[in-house]
Amino acid sequence: MGISPATLFSPRRSGGSVAGEPKHKRLKRPRLFIFLCLSPWIFGMLGFTLYPMIASFYQSFTKFNLIESPKWVGLQNYHRMFFQDPLFWKALGNTMWISVISIPLRIAFAIFAAWILTKPKRGSNFYRTIFFLPSMVPAVAGTMVFAYIFNPAYGPINRGLQAVGIKNPPFWFMDPHWSKWGLIILGLWGIGDTMIIFLAGLLDVPRSLYEAASLEGATAWQSFRYVTFPMITPVIFFSGVTGVIGSFQYFTQAYVASGQVNDYSHSMYFYATHIYHEAFQAYEMGYASALAWVLLVITLFFTAIILKTQKRWVHYPNGSLFK
Amino acid sequence: MRQKLTGTESQYYLDALAAKRKKKVNAFLHAVGQHAVLISLSAVFLLPLFLVTVISLMNHGQAETRSLWPHPFVWHNYLTVFTAVPFLKWTLNTMFVASLSTLGTVLSSVPPAYVLSRLQWRGRGITFIIILSTMMLPGQVTMIPVYIIFAKLHWIPSFLPLIVPSFFADAFSIFLLRQFFVSIPDEISDAARIDGCSEFKLMMRIIVPLAKPAIMAIALFSFLGSWNDFFGPLLYIVENPNLWTLGIGLNAFQGLHHVNSNMMMTASVLFMAPVIILFFFAQKVFIEGITLTGVKG
Repeated sequence: MGISPATLFSPRRSGGSVAGEPKHKRLKRPRLFIFLCLSPWIFGMLGFTLYPMIASFYQSFTKFNLIESPKWVGLQNYHRMFFQDPLFWKALGNTMWISVISIPLRIAFAIFAAWILTKPKRGSNFYRTIFFLPSMVPAVAGTMVFAYIFNPAYGPINRGLQAVGIKNPPFWFMDPHWSKWGLIILGLWGIGDTMIIFLAGLLDVPRSLYEAASLEGATAWQSFRYVTFPMITPVIFFSGVTGVIGSFQYFTQAYVASGQVNDYSHSMYFYATHIYHEAFQAYEMGYASALAWVLLVITLFFTAIILKTQKRWVHYPNGSLFK
Repeated sequence: MRQKLTGTESQYYLDALAAKRKKKVNAFLHAVGQHAVLISLSAVFLLPLFLVTVISLMNHGQAETRSLWPHPFVWHNYLTVFTAVPFLKWTLNTMFVASLSTLGTVLSSVPPAYVLSRLQWRGRGITFIIILSTMMLPGQVTMIPVYIIFAKLHWIPSFLPLIVPSFFADAFSIFLLRQFFVSIPDEISDAARIDGCSEFKLMMRIIVPLAKPAIMAIALFSFLGSWNDFFGPLLYIVENPNLWTLGIGLNAFQGLHHVNSNMMMTASVLFMAPVIILFFFAQKVFIEGITLTGVKG
C-alpha cells in the first residue's frame, strides 16, 4: 500500500479515527505475528543455549570422549580439577593475573584516550579515527604483527628500546615473565571500542557542571575527580563487568602468540585455552564441561561482587536498570 | 590608542591587555600541549600498522635482520603471497562465511527486536531479560554440546556450523536494534495501524527503513565478527585445508616451511586491509552502533 513516513505525519491522518476502521482491529494482539517474529530466537535459544547448558551440566558429571556414550562418574571431574590437575591452577592463576592487571589498566587507558579526545577544538574526529583503528584489526593478524615486532632478535621494538638506552630489553613473548605483558600491550593497542563508549559518556556530561566547577575555582584534577569521574561510573561499571566476562574467555591472542614461540612454561596458558585443550585435543568432553561450569560460577561470582559494590560507587543520574 | 591617559587608567588598561594576551597565549600553549599528546598517542597506535607494512615490503633475508627500511622495495611480495599459499581461496572462504552469517544475523534479529520494542505483550519484559542474560553467558558453557550436535549431523568439517547458528538470531544484535527501535515515536506505528497496515508490512515498510543506521551497524558488526573469528573456524573447519579461512590459514603459516616472515606480514596486511577500508567508509555507523549499546545499556 506504500505508506511513507511523510504521509503518516500529515495532520489528516494523525487525528486517530479514520472512517471505516473498526477500533478493535488496532487493539488486537497479533499473537501469531509475535510468535513468528520471535521464533528464530526461541529455537536458537532452545537449541544453542538451553539444551547445551543442560547437556554440559550433565556431562560435567560424566566421562565422555565423543565416541562412547557418557559414563556417570559423579564428582570425579571436579575432584580431578581441584586436586589432580596442576594445569587447571596454572591456567586459573594466569587468567586471574591478567584480569587483575589488564581490566583496570584498560579502563584507565580508555578513559585517558577518550578524555584527551574531548580536549581539542579541532581535529578531534581525525584522532578518534586513528585511536579506534587498531581495534578493527583481526586478532590473529594483530597477534602475528606483535609477535614479529616484539621479536628479541630482529623486532623493531627492542631495537628502539636499545636505541634509547635500555641495554637488555625484555624478550617479550619468548620470556615467561614478560609474555603476559606483551599480551596486555596488545590488548591496550586495541582499546578502541571501549574508548568510544567512554567518549560518549564523557560527551554526555553537561557543560554546566564544568562551568560550575570552574566558577568554584576547581583545578583540572578536581573537576575530573568530582565531576567527570562520578558521571562516567556507569560506563566504568559496564566495562568492568564485560571485562571480567571477556577475560575468562580470552583465547585467540594467547593461542596464536604461544603458537609462535613454543610457550613451554605455559605462561600464556589461560582458562579458555585449558578448556579448548581438554575438549578438542584430549577429547575429555566431560572434564572440559566441568571446567566450563566452574568458569561460569567464577564469572558469576565476580560479576556479583561488582554488582554488589555498585551502590557505593556507581552514580546513576537517571536511575538504573539494576536498582 | 595612543591617547594620554591618567596613571591609574593607563595602568588598568595595560593590565587588561596583558591579561587578555596572557589568556590567549595560555590557550595557545594548551592547544599545543593537547595536540602534542594526541599526536604522540596517534603515533603509538599507528606504529604497529606502519611497521607491518614496511616489513611486508622487504625481501625474505632482510625481514629477518635488524634493518628497518626495505631496500629494495619488494612490491612483488603482494603477488607472491597468492602463489606461496592458497591466499585467494582463504579470502573467498572467509568472505563466503562472513557474508552468509551477516545475512542470517540481520534476517533473524530484526523481527525479535521489533516485537520486543514496538508491541506490548505479556512476557515481554522477561523475554528481554533472558536475551540480555544469554549475552552474558560465556560461550564455553554451551560449546561442547553444540559441537556434539554438529558432529552428529556430520557437519564437521564444513561451513555449516559457522553459518547456520547466525540464522537463529543473535542476542547482541537484538539488543542493539531494540535500543534503536524504541527511539522511534509510537505515533508512526499508530497511524499506520489505523490505516489498516498489517504488522508485518509496518515492520518491513516503515520501521526497517527508519532503522537503517542500526541495521547497518549490526550488519557491520556481524561481518567483522565473522571475518575476525578464529575460535569457530578452529573448531569446525581446521581439519579440511580447503575450507580454511584467513585466520586459520595465517596461523598455520608458521608451520609451512616455505613461508617467511616478510610473507607473513604481507598476508597480515592483506588480512587487515578489508576491515580497515570498511571502517573508513562506515566509521560513523560503527561508532554510533557502539555508543548505542554501551551507554544506554
